[in-house]
Amino acid sequence: MSDVTIPQPTRPWQRKRSETFRSGASFVIVGLLSFAVVLFTGFAGVDGWAVVFLLISIVAVVIRGRKLSTKERGNSKVQLVITAAAVLAFAPWLSILGSVLFKGVVGLRLNFITSDMRTTVPDDELNMGGALHAVLGSLLMVLIATIITLPLGILSGVYLTEIKGRFTFLVRFVVQSMSGVPSIVAGLFVFTTYNSLTNGPSAFGGALALGILMLPTVARTSEEVLKLVPDDLRSASLALGARQWRTTLMVVLPTVRSGLITAGILGVARVIGETAPLLLTAGSNSAFWFNPVEGPIASMPIYVFGMLQIGTEYATNRAWTGALVLMLAVFALFFTARKLGGKDKR
Amino acid sequence: MHVVHSRGDKVFRRLVTAGALTSLVILGLIGAFLFGRGAQVFSQYGTKFITGTNWATSLDESIASEFGIGPMLVGTVIVSAIAMLFAVPMSIAGALYIEFYAAGRLRKVLSGLLDLAAAIPSLIFGLWGIQIFTDFGQRWAEFLATRMGWFPLFSTISDNYGRSPFVAGCVLASMVVPITTSVAREVYSRTPRELIDTCYALGGSKWGAIKTVVLPFGKSGVVGGAMLGLGRALGETIAVYLVLNLNFRYTFRILESEGGNVASLIAQRFGESTSEELNALVAAGFVLFLLTLTVNMIASAIVTKTTRS
Repeated sequence: MSDVTIPQPTRPWQRKRSETFRSGASFVIVGLLSFAVVLFTGFAGVDGWAVVFLLISIVAVVIRGRKLSTKERGNSKVQLVITAAAVLAFAPWLSILGSVLFKGVVGLRLNFITSDMRTTVPDDELNMGGALHAVLGSLLMVLIATIITLPLGILSGVYLTEIKGRFTFLVRFVVQSMSGVPSIVAGLFVFTTYNSLTNGPSAFGGALALGILMLPTVARTSEEVLKLVPDDLRSASLALGARQWRTTLMVVLPTVRSGLITAGILGVARVIGETAPLLLTAGSNSAFWFNPVEGPIASMPIYVFGMLQIGTEYATNRAWTGALVLMLAVFALFFTARKLGGKDKR
Repeated sequence: MHVVHSRGDKVFRRLVTAGALTSLVILGLIGAFLFGRGAQVFSQYGTKFITGTNWATSLDESIASEFGIGPMLVGTVIVSAIAMLFAVPMSIAGALYIEFYAAGRLRKVLSGLLDLAAAIPSLIFGLWGIQIFTDFGQRWAEFLATRMGWFPLFSTISDNYGRSPFVAGCVLASMVVPITTSVAREVYSRTPRELIDTCYALGGSKWGAIKTVVLPFGKSGVVGGAMLGLGRALGETIAVYLVLNLNFRYTFRILESEGGNVASLIAQRFGESTSEELNALVAAGFVLFLLTLTVNMIASAIVTKTTRS
């Protein structure tokens, strides 16, 4: 049976190997050429180099296009334009990843996550002081926010997939539009309600603001995940005589446990870097503050923001390191979510 | 599936419904509270609050305070417009590239990168914007100002090009691109394969297939994605606050180091505000809330309609 060939779907838009080689070669040649031009003319910097590269590429495409048919010629020009725009779209993120990594590593010492800024001023050498208080503060606030939001988000998901009552459309619509509430507005809301009732900034205020921003993400992901539960399971459970509440609690929810955890993780990833609402509701502090209902508390984003505002060399280094820690946290959450999310689907 | 509900089920269903409606309640509360606290300001200043050009708290009883968010509202629109101007073409190109041009592994890497980019906090965009990108943006702005200064928007008085609406718009564009690109990609990937194949069968080129099938098919989805991005751009606080040189004045010279938006006005002023000014800030927040909510509702309606399988 081994000589049976399974017909592969053809993909006429896919490149052949020779094409890949040729375009790779011309890429290198154009790169070297533009490097030479940058060396000997007024263009400068990465962006100047990119512009020269694009110009020479256009010339190359036009020259090569002479041999091609009209159809191919148009195609190659468009491909160049799309590739250039795509590179432009991806360049900022690569630049961000690179700069956060390289600039953040400078201040990444052990003391950055083991000590706080109680006895250190931002201008001190980087082997003094750290962001332990900010890490703990962020963790505390995110934890409170998750405890409040996760059940609500899952309930929304359950409502949308299990109950499907008459508010289905409304709930879905509200959740979607809520994800567009600007973070500063969420902060302002908590600032004028909870914070003004309870004497100013506190971890709980910060957590409430974060919760508002987190809820849509959790609700939407929960819904997506619960949709994956096959109806057979529900029917089987009902056929065995279980009521809907037992079916939901003992069959549906356990089936997608890791997916629901994913929903929580994505929610955390969504809010852990939020700065504006914490600026209004949680304040800042140079040491960890243990009372969650009263008194300003430090957090990672505010730490970065504060250091950046100070703006001296060492403070800026600290800001970059804080950004690196924050980004690593976001990415770690993201990859965990992806790993977990993949589990249920199988 | 029809289910007969026992008493336990009824309790359960009510509980879940109540939980699901909390998001509605929260959204309603936000709107109501912001409006409630801002109402005084709205009734006192009327439309002057939107069109007014002055933001001044007076501590002196005999001089009235003045609150108008005109310049900041215009600033919000300008910065977001610049962002969308760059972001939309880049997103379409990026989505097309990932979906139709990138091969095998590159495609996987790029779509992973796209997901990651959407998760980068705006604070980091702001940090990057002011510390890294401003140098580039400044150079581009200078280029535009010296070569195309005759164009009113590009005219400048001083030669200070950093921290301008142009630079802030570029940073916002890089924040918007991930959102818009992933929606656009999602929509493009739903283009019926038969249609594309038909194009090839008729002798069309790849660009021909994209132009005649993919782009028209994904049009409304891209509009929705762009509006989602616009919602983010309009309400963005911290990146704009860090990058832009905030100044309370009407300005249409986008290359010059001066501008603002409503969100960063709130972030800048709330700390030292009197209760009168705080009310005005809340009112400004309400305006922003309405603005982004409207944009977002339209966007999500479009996106839901087009990506429903």
